[in-house]
Amino acid sequence: MKQSLIARVGLPRIIIFAFLLLLLALCVLTKQDLGAITGDVIVRFGMNGILALSMFPSILCGAGLNFGVPIGVIAGLVGGLLSVEFGMTGFGGVAAACLFSVPIAVAFGYLYGKLLNTVKGNEIVVGNYISYAAVSLMCIFWLLMPFTNPAITWPIRGTGVRTTVTLEGFYDGLLNDTLSFTVLGVKIPTLLLAAFALACVLIWLFSRSKTGLLMKAAGENPMYAAAAGISVDAMRLKGIILSTLLAAVGIVIYSQSYGFYQLYNAPLNMAFAPVAAVLLGGATTRTVKIRHVIIGTFLFQAIITVAMPVANQLAPDGGLAEVARIIVSNGIILYALMQSGGERK
Amino acid sequence: MESEQPRLSLRHISKSYSGNRVLSDVSLDVRAGEIHALLGENGAGKSTLMKILMGMDEIRQSGGFEGEILLDGEPVQIDSPKRAHELGVCMVHQELMLVNGFTVAENIRVGREPVKRIGRGERDAACLPIDFSRLREQAKTALERLHVELDGDMPIAELPVTQMQFVEIAREVDRPGIRLLILDEPTAVLNDEEAECLLDRMARLKQSGLSILFITHRLGEVLRCCDRITVLRDGAVAGRAESGKTSAAAIAEMMIGKRLLAIHTSERISFGEPTEEPVLQLNGFWADLPGERVERLDLEVRRGEILGLGGLSGQGKIGFANGLMGLCPSGGVVILDGRELSLGDAGSVLRAGFGFVSEDRRRVGLLSGSSIEENIAIPAMLNFGRFLRRVGPVQMIDRRAMRANALEFIHALDIRCTGPDQPAGMLSGGNQQKVCVAQALTLRPRILLVSEPTRGIDIGAKHLLLNVLLRLNREQGITIVFTSSELQELRSVCDRIAIISRGRVAGILPPDAPEAEFGLMMSGLDVKRSGV
Ligand SMILES: Nc1ncnc2c1ncn2[C@@H]1O[C@H](COP(=O)(O)OP(=O)(O)OP(=O)(O)O)[C@@H](O)[C@H]1O
Ligand SMILES: [Mg+2]
Repeated sequence: MKQSLIARVGLPRIIIFAFLLLLLALCVLTKQDLGAITGDVIVRFGMNGILALSMFPSILCGAGLNFGVPIGVIAGLVGGLLSVEFGMTGFGGVAAACLFSVPIAVAFGYLYGKLLNTVKGNEIVVGNYISYAAVSLMCIFWLLMPFTNPAITWPIRGTGVRTTVTLEGFYDGLLNDTLSFTVLGVKIPTLLLAAFALACVLIWLFSRSKTGLLMKAAGENPMYAAAAGISVDAMRLKGIILSTLLAAVGIVIYSQSYGFYQLYNAPLNMAFAPVAAVLLGGATTRTVKIRHVIIGTFLFQAIITVAMPVANQLAPDGGLAEVARIIVSNGIILYALMQSGGERK
Repeated sequence: MESEQPRLSLRHISKSYSGNRVLSDVSLDVRAGEIHALLGENGAGKSTLMKILMGMDEIRQSGGFEGEILLDGEPVQIDSPKRAHELGVCMVHQELMLVNGFTVAENIRVGREPVKRIGRGERDAACLPIDFSRLREQAKTALERLHVELDGDMPIAELPVTQMQFVEIAREVDRPGIRLLILDEPTAVLNDEEAECLLDRMARLKQSGLSILFITHRLGEVLRCCDRITVLRDGAVAGRAESGKTSAAAIAEMMIGKRLLAIHTSERISFGEPTEEPVLQLNGFWADLPGERVERLDLEVRRGEILGLGGLSGQGKIGFANGLMGLCPSGGVVILDGRELSLGDAGSVLRAGFGFVSEDRRRVGLLSGSSIEENIAIPAMLNFGRFLRRVGPVQMIDRRAMRANALEFIHALDIRCTGPDQPAGMLSGGNQQKVCVAQALTLRPRILLVSEPTRGIDIGAKHLLLNVLLRLNREQGITIVFTSSELQELRSVCDRIAIISRGRVAGILPPDAPEAEFGLMMSGLDVKRSGV
């Protein structure tokens, strides 16, 4: 005998999926361009995927949801700006952005992980505070950084970093457009999806490696881990570093699709979408599977994307549509947080 | 007839866990003022039946159950533990249920804290401040009724399991308006004397008209204190008996469907008698395990022997293995094969050739959400690089080797499970214990430290496990340090038995020493006998 479908998929996912269908039905009723909307959903799914995947190692190692994503995002942004500073374009540019951000993310992750090891059990609160502090501190540093490329610096002053740095002429939409093709009016961003898929496979392989399994053991039961000779703190540190690293790479992929590097206060909000996504997908603060990341990112991004044109139609007045969008996206985040009980066994 | 009406009737109870039938058509009557024993092998469904009776979440979430429950003749719907308490049904769970951040006293009175009355008039107790001094008093009385000495202000998380068990019993026995008390293997972690106290208390509760459902694997207790017996096998009632008209052997046969042979302390085939040569020497070893402090242990373990560590709970016998593994602060000189061992890190101790089975399988022994195979493999993987294969620069898990190893132990130890990929937390208590043993044996240790390995294990499995330990010792020459609260068990397999009292070795006795001598030594009286 199999478990019932509801028990296996989980009620929250069924509810969200039903909501999504309802929105789609409204799209059809209001005669929206379904092809374009679907294309948008796929792009947003691809560009947010790796950021959501950054939750995986932190949950695995027992540190819970990583609200310190902005720290990794900052590392990624610095790496990205360096690639622009050196005028690197095309695939070289994206690769350089990722590579430059690696050492920065590892260093940041190390410090952040050391800190989290001293506040076990309060990771969420501390993660949020540290993120605020880091973002505020960076607001000063962005102004002081010695970048010289006019694509980065303020036009008139000639120093300091702008609030948004455009990637046009560097690698704007590179992964989205290269090798893309169109079926049934839907544009498939082949390389963008491939990048997310590759990251998933790598992390899945990691979870089946020695370090991955020991990390899971340390996260699940620190006392078991201690009795088996596993250093719980070292495992948590590795998990946080990996999470920070994924967030850094994630923001580069995100930005090349978005077309801009957004600086100053922008990183602050980058934690919520990934957190909401994995929770919607069925993860808990203690258990997570790659499947949860993929399903959750899809559901979360799909709802937000589809809700927008519908809101525009139902409330043509510009202000109201924006309000509706905010209500839907924050409502979903709230709903996801309520579901942090996750998938039942 | 009014007076013949049973206190509790379970009628045709059936229950499945995701398609796996664990109870089928179980009916059971408990009379008023009766102690009714519920027996059965590990995984027979005893705890599940009791969880149904308590309306545990676990049952509802996994699809509820079929059948009917009658309390004093009235059909009742028990859909939450709260409802069960209102109806006067209370339970001491097999897996301890205590609030970790609370002290002993707070745990005993949790949910029923005494409050300070402020002013006059009735006020909702929820809004009044807790009267901590009265709370401490009440907790103390509850513990004293069980003849337990425990500091009410100790944080519960620091206690060893034995004492936690007492706290849990004190909490439940103390509830007002209680009609039916369920005890799920309360004596598993207790030694004989402690268990005796509990049985005493149960007998007195029974006289006051309370009905008790008592689950245990110790048949001696059943014959001594229970009125009637129901035996479960594979989720169905396998038999019933009145304890006056049956024998331990007959019950055992009902439980496992076959006759048990005596444990054979077979001859040492290839390794001969244990030598006098010490393999492990402890000089001034101390371990600061709260509630089980080891003050100063001077002890020699001889190569190839099975050394028993016995003693009352709280005296420090548990502290030895935990301290050696570095799970609590410890120190002193530990010499293994002439070389001093560095303490404080479990990994280096395991690599030096130790294997460790914790007395606390829930908290230390198992990853309850992970599969059986992973549970068994992880320590050996980390410390000896087994179950790994190199792929380029990374070490990947060799799933096939891991599974083969798990299957081997599932077979050898008769672990009842749906397969090696079943989460360990879903196994019945006894089978979880076997997974812990398999995990230690996978390390292929030279010295095995086992603490309470048969705790919560049914008689068939216990038999099997003791035989496994004996075989390891006899056929592979593994030295075993065997800590147990059950003196009988120690005497049946050990070569020497060291009694630990007040954190020191009170003396060492041969297994065939008279029982009185063990008793004297445990009670801390000075007995001059050592160097056996
Ligand atoms: N939450 C659960 N999910 C799935 N199966 C379960 C769950 N809890 C128990 N089982 C299964 O139900 C069966 C009965 O388990 P139960 O705990 O009632 O046994 P028991 O008689 O109390 O054994 P023991 O003496 O070892 O405590 C076992 O086969 C066990 O694997
Ligand atoms: Mg049980």
